[in-house]
Amino acid sequence: MEHAHNAHNAISAAAPAFSSRPEDLAWFILLLPLIAAAGIAFFVRKSNVLSAVFSIGAVLAAFFLSVGLFITFGIGGEATVTTPFSWIHVGDLNVNLGVTVDRLSVLMLLVVTGVSALVQIYSTGYMHGDRSFSRFFSSLSLFTFSMLGIVLADNFVMMFVFWELVGLSSYLLIGFWYEKPSAGDAAKKAFLTNRIGDFGFLIGILMVWAATGSVSFAGIAHKLGADPTALGSMASIAGLLVFCGAMGKSAQFPLHVWLPDAMEGPTPVSALIHAATMVAAGVYMLCRTFFLYQVPAAWPAPLSFLGSISALDIIAVIGGFTALLAALIAIQQNDIKRILAYSTLSQLGYMVMAVGCGGPDAAMYHLTTHAGFKALLFLGAGSVIHACHHEQDIWKMGGLWNKLPVTFRTFAIGTAALAGLPILTSGFYSKDAILDAAITGGHPVLFGLGVIVAAMTTFYMLRLVIVAFFGAPRTGAASHAHESPNSMIWPLIVLAVPSIAIAWLPLGDFLSAHFNPHFHPHEGGGIFGPFNHAPLAATFGTGALLFGAAAAFGVYWNVPKDPLPGQLGLIGRAMKNRFYFDEIYDGVLVPLHDMLARLADWFDRWIVSGLIIRGVHGSTELVGRALRLAQTGNLQTYTFMFAAGVAVVVMIALKLK
Amino acid sequence: MSDMIQAGLQHYLIVSVLLFSLGLFGVLARRNLIVIYMGLELMLNAANLALVAFSHFNANLNGQVMVFFIITVAAAEVAVGLALIVALYRKRSTAHVEDLTSLKY
Repeated sequence: MEHAHNAHNAISAAAPAFSSRPEDLAWFILLLPLIAAAGIAFFVRKSNVLSAVFSIGAVLAAFFLSVGLFITFGIGGEATVTTPFSWIHVGDLNVNLGVTVDRLSVLMLLVVTGVSALVQIYSTGYMHGDRSFSRFFSSLSLFTFSMLGIVLADNFVMMFVFWELVGLSSYLLIGFWYEKPSAGDAAKKAFLTNRIGDFGFLIGILMVWAATGSVSFAGIAHKLGADPTALGSMASIAGLLVFCGAMGKSAQFPLHVWLPDAMEGPTPVSALIHAATMVAAGVYMLCRTFFLYQVPAAWPAPLSFLGSISALDIIAVIGGFTALLAALIAIQQNDIKRILAYSTLSQLGYMVMAVGCGGPDAAMYHLTTHAGFKALLFLGAGSVIHACHHEQDIWKMGGLWNKLPVTFRTFAIGTAALAGLPILTSGFYSKDAILDAAITGGHPVLFGLGVIVAAMTTFYMLRLVIVAFFGAPRTGAASHAHESPNSMIWPLIVLAVPSIAIAWLPLGDFLSAHFNPHFHPHEGGGIFGPFNHAPLAATFGTGALLFGAAAAFGVYWNVPKDPLPGQLGLIGRAMKNRFYFDEIYDGVLVPLHDMLARLADWFDRWIVSGLIIRGVHGSTELVGRALRLAQTGNLQTYTFMFAAGVAVVVMIALKLK
Repeated sequence: MSDMIQAGLQHYLIVSVLLFSLGLFGVLARRNLIVIYMGLELMLNAANLALVAFSHFNANLNGQVMVFFIITVAAAEVAVGLALIVALYRKRSTAHVEDLTSLKY
């Protein structure tokens, strides 16, 4: 019945496609970057200028169209799903190619196209003179297309396809300088780690499809709304498997190891993909499919001891643990990009924790603000690296604040936003929403953990700022640094604006209203709102900020080298070495994998090709050799056999009668 | 005359089977191609006899029509077969089947 209904929708929607409905603009937003990527790859590869113009023009056009959609749908409109194309129709499986236009997706469209546009403009300066300049822009456009596909997808199959495309373009961009072995390795590591998560994601999708008979988000949500137990005893397992996909893309423990290595790619790539957009895809997907997690917890018999622990609880714990783990590691990193990478991990853990605590609105809020200020921080780091002649160790910088005035100021704004400076920055409000979600979701332990992580975030970010920008220059490169070109400065300034200004927009209420139709904005909102309606979260958040800042200034102001390793001893060394995760994986997973590979090789060599293939071949040949002897060449032998055969057939025929 | 046994279908068939067996024996046992050919002709005529007998006793002319076809085809076959044997003899100077076994494994 439902399929017939869907098919009917598809047909009726197909007729007026691309006529006058504003939501069809979403298709243009989606396809513009693809056209740019293909255009660059096929036609203007030789021309750096044209490549950049194509790519930036497409993404800017997509950005302005997104603004239009945001004004039309985000502010006033209801959720709209347009499904003009029936893509796959096999038996019970009915997959449409459709776009979802609702508050969630239009906001995300703005984030993706906006950050992508700024990063691409910045790249014209950062990548200047690179011999693969146009390949870079083509890959960036391909990435933007894939990411927009995830944002707009209205069903699991389409999302999965774009999910994999994002994985591919991420691989291409991390390994952009493929002649560096470390970059090639990092690209492979990112791709494989993501594939592990995607495997779980795919199984999760299949389970949901098997249980509900639908792959479209609206269809599944409708089914689960009518019958929350539609997923049966596998409800929580299916939810966790879908979460596996987010675990890979959003780099949650234990699949977090690829993200820091992905910093081998060019810095604009780190800013766009590994800070603002791709890693946010996991969180976005969780928010998009949040209806899957709103069903009562149900476990199959062997796991029944888990009782009423829901998939969301497990997700929250994983997110919180990732946040803590990454923050601890970030405190003892010296590479400016790695500090930011672990900070990204930590903030992603925060968002996942928020989803797990039942606050997808808080997660999306933080995702949006984080995309802005983390892209700003990465681009700022890129500017610092550029100025210091590709030096990335913060202990070889110092005193940069007056040599790179614009970079320093914007970087400071980004740091303040990440630390959550109250009232002035966007990060404060979104972090507050997450802490508030932890309290209202009934997770006091995670709330405490969130506060500790907030203090640590302030600590390691101020460590970075104090060491890199203040004190005396530690090397010649740092003392001769000079400000980056304008194409790199302007995106920093533009990104600094939302790091502050989003604070004063009612973005939190905007998202809450999407997830909860009965939501009413809090009384006494405005810029001091958090202190009124969530005093606990706001107070503790501010306290954590002050504590972290005091500690950072106390430890790092005017020191020639890091005093912490001496004081922390063994723990410090573990933090510096990323808690030996890479080594553990090398020591446990790699031999295990090698063993499996050897077993598979043995099976293939001896059982498959030895016993089966060679067995079939050998017995056929043996029979052939034996039968060959019957071919004597003598006419009368053949006649005799023929006559004997006829006799036998006749005898059998007579017997049967 | 009256105590002479009236020849029935069985008698014809027995003669036909004897003829056929003789022919088959000739084909299997003799070595000379010409004699094998004669065996073949005997087998064909045994079949013809059986067909005519069936035709007569079933009051149905189909069998006799068939026999005409067989005779025609057999004549053509003999013409081709003998020509082949002659050609083979010219080439190999023998008409014995044991000497003509080059088409084997």
